[in-house]
Amino acid sequence: MIRFILNRLLLIIPTFIGITIVAFAFVRILPGDPILLIAGERSVTPERYQDLIVQFGYDRPIWVQYWDYLAGIFQGDFGTSISTKRPVIRDFLTLFPATVELSVCAILFAVTLGVPAGVIAAVKRGSWYDQTLMGTALVGYSMPIFWLGLLLIIFFSGMLGWTPVSGRIDLLYYFPTTTGFMTIDALLSGQDGAFVSALRHLILPTVTLGTIPLAVIARQTRSAMLEVLGDDYVRTARAKGLAPHQVVGQHALRNALIPVVTTIGLQVGVMMAGAILTETIFSWPGIGKWMVDAISRRDYPVVQAGLLLIALIVMAVNLIVDVLYGLINPRIRHN
Amino acid sequence: MKLMKTLMAATAMLALAAGAAQAKTLVYCSEGSPEGFDPAPYTAGTTFDASSRPIYNRLVQFTKGASTTEPGLAESYEVSDDGLEYTFHLRQGVKFHTTEYFTPTRDFNADDVLFSFERQWSADHPWNAYSAGITWEYFNSMSMGELISSIEKVDDYTVKFVLTRPEAPFIANLAMDFASILSAEYAAQLEAAGTMDMLNQQPIGTGPFQFVNYQQDAAIRYASFDDYWNGVQPIDDLVFAITTDPAVRLQKLQAGECHIMPYPNPADLEIIKNDPNLVMMEQEGLNVGYLAYNTQQPPFDDARVRKALNMAIDKAAIIEAVFEGNAEIAKNPIPPTMWSYNEATVDDAYDPEAAKALLAEAGVENLSMKVWAMPVSRPYNPDARRMAELIQADFAAVDVDVEIVSMEWAEYLAQSSAVDRDGAVLLGWTGDNGDPDNFLAVLLGCDAVGSANRAQWCNEEFDGYIQDAKVVSDQAERTALYVKAQEVFKAEAPWATIAHSLVFMPMSNKVTGYVMDPKGTHAFDGVDITE
Repeated sequence: MIRFILNRLLLIIPTFIGITIVAFAFVRILPGDPILLIAGERSVTPERYQDLIVQFGYDRPIWVQYWDYLAGIFQGDFGTSISTKRPVIRDFLTLFPATVELSVCAILFAVTLGVPAGVIAAVKRGSWYDQTLMGTALVGYSMPIFWLGLLLIIFFSGMLGWTPVSGRIDLLYYFPTTTGFMTIDALLSGQDGAFVSALRHLILPTVTLGTIPLAVIARQTRSAMLEVLGDDYVRTARAKGLAPHQVVGQHALRNALIPVVTTIGLQVGVMMAGAILTETIFSWPGIGKWMVDAISRRDYPVVQAGLLLIALIVMAVNLIVDVLYGLINPRIRHN
Repeated sequence: MKLMKTLMAATAMLALAAGAAQAKTLVYCSEGSPEGFDPAPYTAGTTFDASSRPIYNRLVQFTKGASTTEPGLAESYEVSDDGLEYTFHLRQGVKFHTTEYFTPTRDFNADDVLFSFERQWSADHPWNAYSAGITWEYFNSMSMGELISSIEKVDDYTVKFVLTRPEAPFIANLAMDFASILSAEYAAQLEAAGTMDMLNQQPIGTGPFQFVNYQQDAAIRYASFDDYWNGVQPIDDLVFAITTDPAVRLQKLQAGECHIMPYPNPADLEIIKNDPNLVMMEQEGLNVGYLAYNTQQPPFDDARVRKALNMAIDKAAIIEAVFEGNAEIAKNPIPPTMWSYNEATVDDAYDPEAAKALLAEAGVENLSMKVWAMPVSRPYNPDARRMAELIQADFAAVDVDVEIVSMEWAEYLAQSSAVDRDGAVLLGWTGDNGDPDNFLAVLLGCDAVGSANRAQWCNEEFDGYIQDAKVVSDQAERTALYVKAQEVFKAEAPWATIAHSLVFMPMSNKVTGYVMDPKGTHAFDGVDITE
């Protein structure tokens, strides 16, 4: 098992180098120049432009810039944002907890609803329940996030007034940031109602971000379950006279979950993309919204560092999933 | 369902209880995050709304709701006869904010003025590069560096600026955001503590509101400043709730989560007008959208060709289709809310037949040209692609074939500046300081050919008028010169002037005292909310 984990860790190094190159090249391949974008309609004189290029260090050969960037990373220096002039890592650390909080809620939402829904659909295969559920999942899967988010706001916040429109907590509550997780900070603050307010603000973004993973997980669980239910050992278990819930819950589900765990791991990457849109709609101050702004301003240091950090997180999650996978399924780790 | 109701009732009660104990708070759903809280390094209006407007003051300030200036931190000023020396007499007894992180020991004085300008002006000032990547873009683009010869402290309450050349718009420049006055004492404290970059994150000013806290990309909190020299504010707290999506801003406004918002979706204007709880203010923006010909390239070097094409454009149709009616046809290069606007100008009437005849007279046949359409939406042109298509159809009616060109925004800005550019460019401008010089010299002066002068138009007569108007400080004389300049512009037609758009500001009907600013900034001093 340890060797298996070490192997996985070793693979991270070339992947990491590859990502730094992609992140570095990505913003530079895009047409658009950060200095011209700052100047806007007013234009800069060629002399001033030259001064600024030198000041930002973009006059140096590209490989020198890359080396500088790489050397910086190893010293924990991710550069300074061109637009805000703040260190990129500080902004990232400030905003990242908001994204984690939202993503964790969304994945919990997707798993707690998706797995049971998939299991029931598989057990009652072909019933009206199965058909309705899979039909709904298909709709959820094809729903554009932006549209879904706005629709939820208009219906639940606008027409019914049940949920707040956007933000992380009611502006009435004001307390210093300690962990960056609003729900935890609200509890720590001890202010009446703050925690409930933070939870209420989480509902719509969670549903918006969690819907696609929910649909994917439900469909994956159903098909994995169907496959397993047809296996010989399940028939044997039934023949032994085990109760149906024991057959499904203990014997079938455990094996069916193996591909589902992989799916959940992959959904974390998908959710990072979804978070960009969800955060933009709900004014959720996370890294998704931050990256969108940085890309539109061609803020090279922010995009470079942001892409890299997000990629690292996806890699870490997949590593954990691989390890879990190895734990659940001995065939993988002995291969 | 029952649980939901109980929950709702509980939160409603909580909100009520909290509301009763709570001070008067105005919530503004702002459209984006500020880049920092020191306004001088930045150029974005969103940053100024959150920094220079609530927190700081300037030596002179813009009159609320107008493009003229009035005394600010300087009670009065004198200009020498040669127009080179400006002497400012500073207001006494002006306090800086007292916060958790700074307690001032003295009032505002000349040292603060010197600090605020010298840091931008002199490359060896310790604060010139106080944080990595700091540049002084507005100070530079307004040519303040070359313009200022010296800044002298005459005594504690008198400051003298000596200029290298007479420049009438100088006073308007000093009312701009980059000219905000910071505390030299606070800067010294930060320098001693080795935390200079806090100047950009924990601001101290003399303005109506003092900074409390910024939760990045989420909310900014300010408190009314009790010792404000210009009177205490009717509200106790000001909160910016950062909400980037315009549809969501409107939902928040309707749900009562904020009191006022900028930049509504054009499609939502009807909904807002019909909502009994909302009020919408509107004003002509200090902007112009135009089509700039390249006057250095044949056949567009012939004024008759430009005039003819101007006559071929159906501007009324553009206003309807592109602006949904929320704009005014532009006949001058400056907007009607700006002083010296020439009311007497007669616009080129939409007349395809006359346009054809004039093109024939100029000897132009089978003309094909490019029209550049911006890839971004701007207040002066919300949909350049659509506008270009309408112009394409209009020009086709006078047998001019149009190819529409578009490219990435930074490329667009750079390539459209080139003197040898092929084609006419859709672009526009929003004024910085309310001075006509800021439109006419910046966009049409000979100095700007190859950069912001997209028509590449250098007309001696026009340039003579605007150069003269720079050195006279009497506003009536300057007005006469600018009117003449506008006449030359109209006769020569380097642009087809298209539209001045309307700007909308929806707010709750509880909000009173808000004044719209033609320059597009958003300020909340003097604003109150009724319960």
